[in-house]
Amino acid sequence: MITATVEARDNYLTHEYGVKSWLLTKDHKRIALLYLASITFFFFLGGIFATIIRLELLTPPGDLVSSQTYNKLFSLHGIIMVFLFLIPSIPATLGNFLVPMMLGCKDLAFPKLNLLSWYIFVVGGLFVLYAMLIGGVDTGWTFYVPLSTSYANTYVILTAVGVFITGFSSILTGLNFIVTVHRMRAPGLTWFRLPLFIWSTYATSVIQVLGTPVIAVTLLLVALERGFHLGIFDPALGGDPVLFQHLFWFYSHPAVYIMVLPAMGVVSELVSTYSRKKVFGYKFVAFASVAIAILGFLVWGHHMFVAGQSVYASMVFSMLSYLVAVPSAIKVFNWTATLYKGSISYDTPMLYAFGFIGLFTMGGLTGTFLASLGFDVHVTDTYFVVAHFHYIMVGGTMMAYLGGLHYWWPKISGRMYPEGWAKLSALVVFLGFNLTFFPQFIMGYLGMPRRYHAYPEEFQVYHVLSTAGASVLAVGYLIPAMYFIWSLRYGPIAPDNPWRATGLEWQTSSPPPPDNFEITPVVTHEAYDYSVVEEMTVG
Amino acid sequence: MNSSFQFFPEQASATAQHVDHLAIYLIVVATIFSAAIFMLILYFAVKYRRRSEHERPHATPEPMALEMAWSIIPFGLMIVMFVWGASIYFEMARPPNDAMNIYVVGKQWMWKTQHLEGQREINELHIPLGRAVRLTMTSEDVIHSFFVPAFREKFDVLPGRYTTAWFKPTKAGKFHLFCAEYCGTLHSGMIGSVYVMEPAEYERWLAGGAGFESLVSSGQKLFEYLACANCHRTDKPGRCPNLVGLFGKPVLMTGGENFTADEAYIRESILNPSAKVVAGYQNIMPSFQGLVTEEDLLQLIEYIKSLGQKPESASPATGAIPPALERRGTAGGPTSRSTGRRPEAQKR
Repeated sequence: MITATVEARDNYLTHEYGVKSWLLTKDHKRIALLYLASITFFFFLGGIFATIIRLELLTPPGDLVSSQTYNKLFSLHGIIMVFLFLIPSIPATLGNFLVPMMLGCKDLAFPKLNLLSWYIFVVGGLFVLYAMLIGGVDTGWTFYVPLSTSYANTYVILTAVGVFITGFSSILTGLNFIVTVHRMRAPGLTWFRLPLFIWSTYATSVIQVLGTPVIAVTLLLVALERGFHLGIFDPALGGDPVLFQHLFWFYSHPAVYIMVLPAMGVVSELVSTYSRKKVFGYKFVAFASVAIAILGFLVWGHHMFVAGQSVYASMVFSMLSYLVAVPSAIKVFNWTATLYKGSISYDTPMLYAFGFIGLFTMGGLTGTFLASLGFDVHVTDTYFVVAHFHYIMVGGTMMAYLGGLHYWWPKISGRMYPEGWAKLSALVVFLGFNLTFFPQFIMGYLGMPRRYHAYPEEFQVYHVLSTAGASVLAVGYLIPAMYFIWSLRYGPIAPDNPWRATGLEWQTSSPPPPDNFEITPVVTHEAYDYSVVEEMTVG
Repeated sequence: MNSSFQFFPEQASATAQHVDHLAIYLIVVATIFSAAIFMLILYFAVKYRRRSEHERPHATPEPMALEMAWSIIPFGLMIVMFVWGASIYFEMARPPNDAMNIYVVGKQWMWKTQHLEGQREINELHIPLGRAVRLTMTSEDVIHSFFVPAFREKFDVLPGRYTTAWFKPTKAGKFHLFCAEYCGTLHSGMIGSVYVMEPAEYERWLAGGAGFESLVSSGQKLFEYLACANCHRTDKPGRCPNLVGLFGKPVLMTGGENFTADEAYIRESILNPSAKVVAGYQNIMPSFQGLVTEEDLLQLIEYIKSLGQKPESASPATGAIPPALERRGTAGGPTSRSTGRRPEAQKR
């Protein structure tokens, strides 16, 4: 790490002052920070719900909150974490900040549309919050019919409308990224010179644009059936409840890749920077992102092996699910090979990258368990599934998000975070995470169903471990929240390129000027060519 | 199972053992892979740790063979997972022909089970050891899921249709029955027990429940009460098809399509008769939606199944059928051959 004292330069943070300059900004970097503040709020809100859930599950009987409250807690935990935190997390904050900088351009293709995306997101979020405050929703984040359309007595339509609205934000952000990547790359920045973060963000954007309309339509149909008794899903009205599941998972499975592909992009950047080596098998890693985005649309039926679809459909979906595992495996192997003969440092972002690879590997491997039909019948809708997707979404996406936030924090804020505290919290997060979720694999295989407010006594020992882990994890998340805020004022001034990384975002000042670059950069090298940086720092 | 820590749930069915063997394969493959990756990362991280800020690592060759190897080898191992898993799934999807049938109705928030002999249970299911049991399941409201961890068997229970699950218990005892699909406020209260009993004990249990009427006979009473026989005549051609010997046979519709008269078909024909009209008949039957419960439907189906299976059961109103005889008569389910009069109604 290099530190330096730099004279105050005009940057995007100091260029303008006042609330209005933030709320009406068209600067992608400021919009990224607006997103950062919003999703951090939602993350801690969802985290509070998770905390109450874990406390309730400490003992077998449902004694802390009522069943109705418990059901609302896990529903809101899921809805907030999926739609208001994980889906926008990396793309809308790091992506918004980095896509134009990595491409060497001044802003996204449609800066006003970008600001609009944030407002749409906030409006959608407010709908969900309002529904929560006046009584909440208890359908689970999956809104399964006919429970959601004919039986639940909670604010289903209001919540669904909130999610529906945030979908537009996701679509517009994706559209903006796609156009920007196609049209606004710096001179010389060919497709195969793009950083892998761009490849994965691009693949994610394609899923966002193609997949999100389907969930929007599905939720609209839920609202129509609930509000106007249109018979679409409820068999009592002549509908088909399995149809809902097909539509829901057609989006919601690819949505997992919306969450994890950008995380993979972040990890590619981190692994390369902190081992000072070009990412091994660049093209394989890049095309693996595209392959995941395409194949991800063909596997939704693996959520429905016991739902009543035909056995042959299940067989096809099982097979296709194994196909999508291959590109994920390719990425893990290539990151590992990148380390070979590298110059590896253990800065905090790299610790998070190691954490990601470990936890994502376990999440991915248990995903191959679930794709195996005979095994899935036993463990679907149990804690095994809960553990699996938390390994992917929290162990994967959240680790990469934190790693990325630490890595680009000097660029974003112009300040360094405290390395010692950061390393400690990375360790706490890793240990807390495993203690929380590993026991859930075991209790899931033993038969503990998910979404249970009360449970038989033999599962208690695993729930106690899980709750203990959740407490540790909560500490691990609070520490960074505190030192990031601390560093804004007291952190050491960050140099332009503290990690001696190769991306274009490091070739400008920290924090960057409003237009990102004084002079439009010209790219003459492949991504991750460290010899170029060496020349620049030496020369 | 005495220790507080356990990794495998009790095995109480033949399928349970098959699933556990697959689980062991999956765990072994996953452990080898993650151990290999973690150890490599650890090894590289230590061996190639940064010793000086001036290190300039050289690019390493990226052999195509390596990329191919780590794509193809894991895929090969995964094909085994796929084939193995699919074969168990097919085994789960195909109940043996001699399986005894039991009906399950899920509703918020209880399980109602009904034996052919008429015994009804709530949140309990008594079954004999060593005998394959086929469940025909439906829901009165939302989606539920019938889950017995000790059998490694689970299947969703949906409103408006019948789903099936089956298992062959291999161990006597009391096992958890869970609802595995979130179904509303008291989802976690929708639990019960499966009692696997020695066959003789099961017979005693069956005989013990005094006052139960077999499903066929309750169905027959319902059939008479609802005056179904006014149109569905068995003695002479009526305004509606003769139902004798109907079950399990293909039926020709006015539109020219053929449908097999299974449980779902009969259910639909009672609740929504105009959906499928038998060729040669008028669409005159009223809907019984709201007049019959899911359990009534199951009784009617069981009665219609029984028609034409034995000469005596085809004649109306012969009074209570001795339970033992009845059990033999219907346990074969849809595959048992009709020995009575040939059906006439569907011929025209």
